[in-house]
Amino acid sequence: MKRLLLALVLVLPLLTSCTKKENEIVIGEYDSLTGSDATFGLSTNKGVRLAIDEINAAGGVKGKKITVITLDDQGKNEEAASATTRLITQNNVVAILGGVASGRSKAAAPIAQSHKVPFVSPASTNPDVTKIGDYVFRVCFIDPFQGLVMAKFASENLKLKKVAILRDVKNDYSVGLADVFNEEFKKRGGEIVADLSYQAGDIDFKAQLTQIRSKNPDGIYVPGYYTEVGLIAQQARQLGLKVPMMGGDGWDSDKLYEIGKDAINGNYYSNHYTTESTDPVVTEFIKKFKAKYNETPDALAALGYDAAKILVAAIERAPDLSGKAIRDELAKTKDFAGVTGKISLNENRDAVKSAVIIQVDKNNRKFVTTVNP
Amino acid sequence: MQDFIQHIINGISLGSIYALIALGYTMVYGILKMINFAHSDVYMVGAFAAYYVARFFGIEANPGLPTLITLLVASMVVCSLLGLAIERLAYRPLRSSPKLNILITAIGVSLFLEYGGQVVFGADPKVFPEVMKDFVLFNIGSVELKSFDVTVLVVSLIAMLGLQFLIHKTKIGKAMRAVSSNASVASLLGMNPDRIIAFTFIVGSALAGVGSVLVGMKYPKIDPLMGMMIGLKAFVAAVLGGIGNVGGAVLGALIMGLSEEMVVAYISSTYRDALAFGILIVILIFKPAGLLGKYTVEKV
Repeated sequence: MKRLLLALVLVLPLLTSCTKKENEIVIGEYDSLTGSDATFGLSTNKGVRLAIDEINAAGGVKGKKITVITLDDQGKNEEAASATTRLITQNNVVAILGGVASGRSKAAAPIAQSHKVPFVSPASTNPDVTKIGDYVFRVCFIDPFQGLVMAKFASENLKLKKVAILRDVKNDYSVGLADVFNEEFKKRGGEIVADLSYQAGDIDFKAQLTQIRSKNPDGIYVPGYYTEVGLIAQQARQLGLKVPMMGGDGWDSDKLYEIGKDAINGNYYSNHYTTESTDPVVTEFIKKFKAKYNETPDALAALGYDAAKILVAAIERAPDLSGKAIRDELAKTKDFAGVTGKISLNENRDAVKSAVIIQVDKNNRKFVTTVNP
Repeated sequence: MQDFIQHIINGISLGSIYALIALGYTMVYGILKMINFAHSDVYMVGAFAAYYVARFFGIEANPGLPTLITLLVASMVVCSLLGLAIERLAYRPLRSSPKLNILITAIGVSLFLEYGGQVVFGADPKVFPEVMKDFVLFNIGSVELKSFDVTVLVVSLIAMLGLQFLIHKTKIGKAMRAVSSNASVASLLGMNPDRIIAFTFIVGSALAGVGSVLVGMKYPKIDPLMGMMIGLKAFVAAVLGGIGNVGGAVLGALIMGLSEEMVVAYISSTYRDALAFGILIVILIFKPAGLLGKYTVEKV
């Protein structure tokens, strides 16, 4: 009896996964629903769910409902890879919505590529991700773009002449942003008076900041993550440095203000979208998101939403449900009116779109301006 | 010149934090001849204890001296109890085992606290409450001396002097020295080594508790792995000054803080952590007993 039960338990999931329903289209998604950066995954997943619910409520695609199977990668690269394999080989998904972190996309995308299943990442910004192959797409801009945007904003809007850079040398993201900022800011006639570094996990930045202070810059570019940036802002203020600080989307967290307190107030960072936008696409999205989850969507929720919408639009346009057909249509995505801007995918399968500049205003994110590529 | 003075102030302020933790290493080593690698994780737990006490009583809203004292006491109590528990459960059963077993156990306890901490407290960083307002004591030009920096330095100097007094002028201190030099003979003379060792752990861990609140005040970001690097550096500082020597721990810590600051300021921040271990290697080659340590001959 025990053995029979065991056999049944083992066989049941196989039976259910084998019975492919004819009236649904299955999309796979993996995300960090637990683990140290679970907030990223949970937000993305909420955005994806909202988009799919909307599409199904409107009658689905090709007369079929869309089902999303979401697996948890626990914030680990190897789990992302095995989740992707499972989605493709067992669940027979037509396409994959990838995770947030670039490292996990790098682990998972090659599997999708080798099975010729289209892979769309909502928020992996590392330039190498889409170089994996022609089935890999993303709906966010890439890291170097943010450095460019901030250099443009610093010289044109803030009219800064001398800027110091403080980068996290351990973090590819930070180094990428800093390099592009450095090059672009000089091209615009500015001067980089100091280019110093720290390492994620450091808590004391006074040595670097004292050195920066002696160079009298008009601004400091710190493209790191919010934990260190908060401490850097505080210690800069303690040393009497009052010039504006600038950064990238790694700043986007409520923790930034908690750690940095008043010292972080008034500083600027580039981000994917703003909740203050008056664009009807954005206001509608925020209204629906609030109604469903009772919270304000962050940039990752918006990117998840856009990724799902773009993928479904491509499925709708595709003549059949083969990987190749969907891939070809994804590649043709042009001027898609998303929450995070007008999205066109270029020949590298990266999104080309504008970025917004946000000013820290206590715990709020004050929209300053939109910068186009 | 102004920058140089500022670098010195920054370095001393960083070094005085290492000093508070280095004192704990040195005390336990002095008496047990073992390196308590879990010490820096006791310090981490102390920071979280203070954080949760502040949240629970809602005293983060009114920073000031009473808040500071409450949190210091809370953190010291929790750390002492934890230190005592570690000693009782992990080290005492191994008292007669080879030194290597105890060392490996210490590393095990350390990892247990670090990763257990991630389960209990969560892996994401927490923001330590504002305990006291930081203000400028005086400034010359752009060189500023802040109250926090002075507080930390003064506290670690008081701790050092207090320990010296405890070890050299009190009865229990005499007993500690006796146990340190030969535990079995001390017990023959009517002392209870277990009790004295437990007392050492209580004092050492309470110091870690003080350190955790002061560090939280100065660098308000705490996470379960916060003890790792700072613990290693404090350990190097203790070895540099001569492990087992209380004054040496403070001296070593100040040297560590200053040289780290200078390396970051004038060379590159990439060498920051490499420097600590570079110093360790150089000291072990040229003066294995440390700057203030006494060279002892091992009896074989």
